[in-house]
Amino acid sequence: MSCPNKSPTLVQLAGAPRELPQFWRSLEELAGDPDFAARLAQEFPRHASVWDESVADRRRFLQLMGASLALAGAQGCSSPPPEAIMPYVRQPEGMTPGVPLHFATAMPRSDGAIGVVATSHMGRPTKVEGNSLHPASLGATDAMAQASVLTLYDPDRSQTVARLGVIATWGDLLGAIRGALASAPKGTGVHILSPPSTSPTLARQRAALIAKYPQAKWHSYEPAGRDAARSAAIAALGEDVQPVYRFEAADVVLAIDADFLCAGGGAVRYAHDFMSRRGVESEGAPNRLYAIESAYTPTGAAADHRLRLRPSGMEAFARSLASRIGVPGVDEATPTDGAYAKWLSAVASDLQAHRGRSIVVPGSHLPASVQSLVHAINDALGNVGQTVTFIAPPAGETVDGASALRELTDALNADAVNLLLILDANPVYDAPVALQFGTALRQARLAVHYGLYQDETAELCPWHIPATHYLESWSDARAYDGTAAIVQPLIAPLYEGKTVHEVLSALIDPAPMSSYDLVRATWQEAFGDDFDMRWHAALRDGVIADSQPATITPTLQPSAASGLAPSEADANSDTFELILAPDPSIGDGRCANNGWLQELPKPLTKLTWENAVLMAPADAQRLGIETDDVVRLECNGQSVTAPACIMPGHAEGCVTCYLGYGRTRAGRIGTGLGFNAYMFRPANGGYVARGAKIAKTGKRSELARTQKHHEFEGRNIIHQATVAQFAADPQSVLPAAAHHPLPSLLPDVPYDGFAWGMAIDLSKCMGCNACVIACQAENNIPIVGKEQVVLSREMHWLRLDLYYAGRPEDPEAIHQPMLCQHCEKAPCEVVCPVAATTHSDEGLNEMTYNRCIGTRYCSNNCPYKVRRFNFLQYTDEETPVLKLLRNPEVTVRSRGVMEKCTYCVQRINHARIDAKKSAVESGAPPVIADGSLETACQQACPSEAIVFGDVNDPKSRVAKLKADPRNYGVLSELGTQPRTSYLVRLRNPNPALG
Amino acid sequence: MPQIFHPSMNTISRASIFGAVFILAGVGWLLWLLYRSSYYTQVGVVRPQPVEFSHEHHVGGLGIDCRYCHTSVESSSFAGIPPTQICMQCHSQIWADSPKLEAVRASFRTGQSIPWTRVHDLPDYVYFDHSIHISKGVGCIACHGRVDNMPLMWRVETLHMQWCVDCHRDPAPHLRPRDMVFSMSDWPEPTPTVASSAKIANGKLDLVKIRNIASGTNCSVCHR
Repeated sequence: MSCPNKSPTLVQLAGAPRELPQFWRSLEELAGDPDFAARLAQEFPRHASVWDESVADRRRFLQLMGASLALAGAQGCSSPPPEAIMPYVRQPEGMTPGVPLHFATAMPRSDGAIGVVATSHMGRPTKVEGNSLHPASLGATDAMAQASVLTLYDPDRSQTVARLGVIATWGDLLGAIRGALASAPKGTGVHILSPPSTSPTLARQRAALIAKYPQAKWHSYEPAGRDAARSAAIAALGEDVQPVYRFEAADVVLAIDADFLCAGGGAVRYAHDFMSRRGVESEGAPNRLYAIESAYTPTGAAADHRLRLRPSGMEAFARSLASRIGVPGVDEATPTDGAYAKWLSAVASDLQAHRGRSIVVPGSHLPASVQSLVHAINDALGNVGQTVTFIAPPAGETVDGASALRELTDALNADAVNLLLILDANPVYDAPVALQFGTALRQARLAVHYGLYQDETAELCPWHIPATHYLESWSDARAYDGTAAIVQPLIAPLYEGKTVHEVLSALIDPAPMSSYDLVRATWQEAFGDDFDMRWHAALRDGVIADSQPATITPTLQPSAASGLAPSEADANSDTFELILAPDPSIGDGRCANNGWLQELPKPLTKLTWENAVLMAPADAQRLGIETDDVVRLECNGQSVTAPACIMPGHAEGCVTCYLGYGRTRAGRIGTGLGFNAYMFRPANGGYVARGAKIAKTGKRSELARTQKHHEFEGRNIIHQATVAQFAADPQSVLPAAAHHPLPSLLPDVPYDGFAWGMAIDLSKCMGCNACVIACQAENNIPIVGKEQVVLSREMHWLRLDLYYAGRPEDPEAIHQPMLCQHCEKAPCEVVCPVAATTHSDEGLNEMTYNRCIGTRYCSNNCPYKVRRFNFLQYTDEETPVLKLLRNPEVTVRSRGVMEKCTYCVQRINHARIDAKKSAVESGAPPVIADGSLETACQQACPSEAIVFGDVNDPKSRVAKLKADPRNYGVLSELGTQPRTSYLVRLRNPNPALG
Repeated sequence: MPQIFHPSMNTISRASIFGAVFILAGVGWLLWLLYRSSYYTQVGVVRPQPVEFSHEHHVGGLGIDCRYCHTSVESSSFAGIPPTQICMQCHSQIWADSPKLEAVRASFRTGQSIPWTRVHDLPDYVYFDHSIHISKGVGCIACHGRVDNMPLMWRVETLHMQWCVDCHRDPAPHLRPRDMVFSMSDWPEPTPTVASSAKIANGKLDLVKIRNIASGTNCSVCHR
């Protein structure tokens, strides 16, 4: 089905103002698009039209059906084929077959590692969870950490050392490298390019390398690095320091284009701390968040007040705010319209009323001038030392990435590079186009690429070394706050991978050392005499005790906020500012071949499998552009044609393109998706390109957006209120209908033992998607591909529905995790002709795959649209390495069966069995302690928005949440009695902006 | 134009139309018999193994406890097939040169597992847990039969869902005192199924009551 070219969407919106619905999801719906209405009338949009008549007509189809039925029947006459059991020859100590083991490790990232606990089933890691002892995790994870286990088993990973694409040996490679080193005395012409790293072992090796080859050059480059943050810290505070925020202590937070809840090394911890001040379980007054941003981000969605500004307006705002706060030497920027001025003064007075208990967070990509101003503001507010502390950056560098890369390119062009070692970086893909890095790279006498994939850069390097995944490596890494952790392997390298430490050791050490010995050697000194005990404690806990660096108290430079030239706004109103931001799902492109992340709907666009030109509704309307229109985007002499996507709430005068797409050698998943937005990046590594032009091409290309799937037809699914309204009358936050469900024809069933239920606090959910990937990893959920997503056949058991409230130019956004509601009076159960979906006596709505014959009646009858059907054989059961990935506790579903959230019944069963075993002697009823049993989504959630437990236990968290007046069941007025309930989203708006 | 069909076809067609009912029923009945037969269920069919390991000799003759080899049966869903090392603990001393044990020694030498043929094979969508059954007092014999009489292993039960559910609905006849769980001898006094408020029913131990057994018949107990 295609959208008509002349959809009346925005024209209608612009026309006669009509009353807006309270909540809406897509602009088509808001405008009353007839196409949208037609789709609503179909229960299964597009399912009927899928049969391709050219493959086989109806007659032929019936013939084939008959034949396959007969064959299947004949096959059923034989007994199942014999199966072999392959026991160990020597069973490892501490291993019980069938019982998973858990190991603490850490996932290194250049902006700070996150501590994880990885589950190992018979030696193969299948799942990562957060490590509750690690400060960056506190038991939770983000989507990227959850998806990292898929990258481990990615069949496209590089498997051998290669020379010119042909398999070679490690020995050959060492010969070549040593030859190059021998002809380069003191390392002349030896260059190493690597992303900044937080690993103390790597830092030690780097120092050793420079000591051995004093002329060698080490270049640190990261496409989404902290160059601007570094310059701002040096300008404002006199030294390179990294702020660490204490959101749990902040009453008022202002985020200036900072998605601190979902991006950056500390995001998981920050989300936890920030959200601990919201929701039912928080005590004391809720915090208030102001967000200024260009594109809509999860932080903007969590904000109580959001102001959309184009990038060039950020500095003016920061200057005006600094002036109001009383930062000396700052003049207020030229005042603008009334709403803006009102917003500004409200924020300024709110911040001043909470001196020492507020935080202003700048996006680390913002120009150094804005970030300097923010340092001055936080200082003036007395926040430094209270809610904002500083440490030496865990991945500190003395040269910024853009200059480092330019230096390397210049050296290459000057033919002065004898040996270039590219460690885990892909500059051919992600360097600014103006550098022409790919051309320069050919000048290197010997170029060696080290990485997980044979990517774009590997293609141009004669030599390639496969890297190990972090779950295969010994290493160490520091978190956002500097706390160190040991990275320990869960499995021996699947292929011939080497750790980065082993590669460097081959260059430095006379006898190459294993990475295990190298990491131990690093900590030998710090641990002292207690080495063995402290080493084992570090491995067990996944965090090294007392490794957090000392807090630095820098002094604000008098020049911090003065002497800054106001940045020029884009004077030409015909052109756009082009924002280049890392993709919220796949990041800077490194995760492009991860199917889970590709199919993950991005938080505020619900776009999967590609990037698009995101633009404001008003701009789109001015240019006559609709979502799915292919536009031509021109900027800095580069141009691209790509589909546009209208993003409600996007700032006018600017467009956003996510980085990370347009990969040409990512692998079978990531190659050829979307377009490469790095081409527009200015050579100085900035995030904004000016002077972008957009023109309609007249073509259309349908984006795989899930935002239009599972329409809610205007029903009361979301409830939102203000803190003040709730305080005045707690009952008023829900409509009366929610308390009076329709009578049910189904009998009441008592639940005497456990009664599992879930409560989701909408005030705490920010839409970070960690739960979606956690569910996918836990429950062996397949990906389906872009074409199938377009047909609304994505398989996610748990999805995040996005609702808007208000005008499309400036709406509020609300995320709602939607999963099987486990209705006590479940409409799906009564229509199943084969009893494949039934109810358990603990209140679970069960799905028995081996019984399901695929009528889809249950899905048809489900008011929540949470049942997912395997229309095709989505699970790859052929690729050998992917078999290692599956969770053995959950059936792998094949084509033709319905599936859905089970409340992680495999975890419930294990907990129940353990409880029964411990109670067997006493004969007492089994007890499962509240909190000891967590669903995968709950465990991953950074903000603890999802709470699961026994609703029969009045002391359980879930029972307490369900007793709150904010608790409601979605569509409970239908009498379905859902076990999953939601808590009304409470906003805490500033009365001055009311 | 000559007749295509002989008049006798009328009778034949009538008979076959009415007979179809019986033919279909007959085919169904045959399929049902096949499904229950040992051809399909493998009940009583001896499975060849790479090593002629005799439970009859090791359990019946030598009296080795089940748990000596099936080490994880009390702690894991999987009872555990012994690693070659466990075989070698004895057979490096006893019958150390027997040609029958060459496969075991080869495995120990080369590090290659012995590919035992699975005898009790449940479908992959069934999640059975040994540990809870042992813990609640279901004897090994209840499902695996008199292993001490089997030179090579065979199935004594169909492993059909009907058979699982029968026991889950009424576990009492299969429950044993803790010290009898691993025993191959008959538990002389099968406990009665009558539920009673006392722990002694009809003068015998009511293990269902004592162990607070609530064996679920929810689908998700086994299917997930």
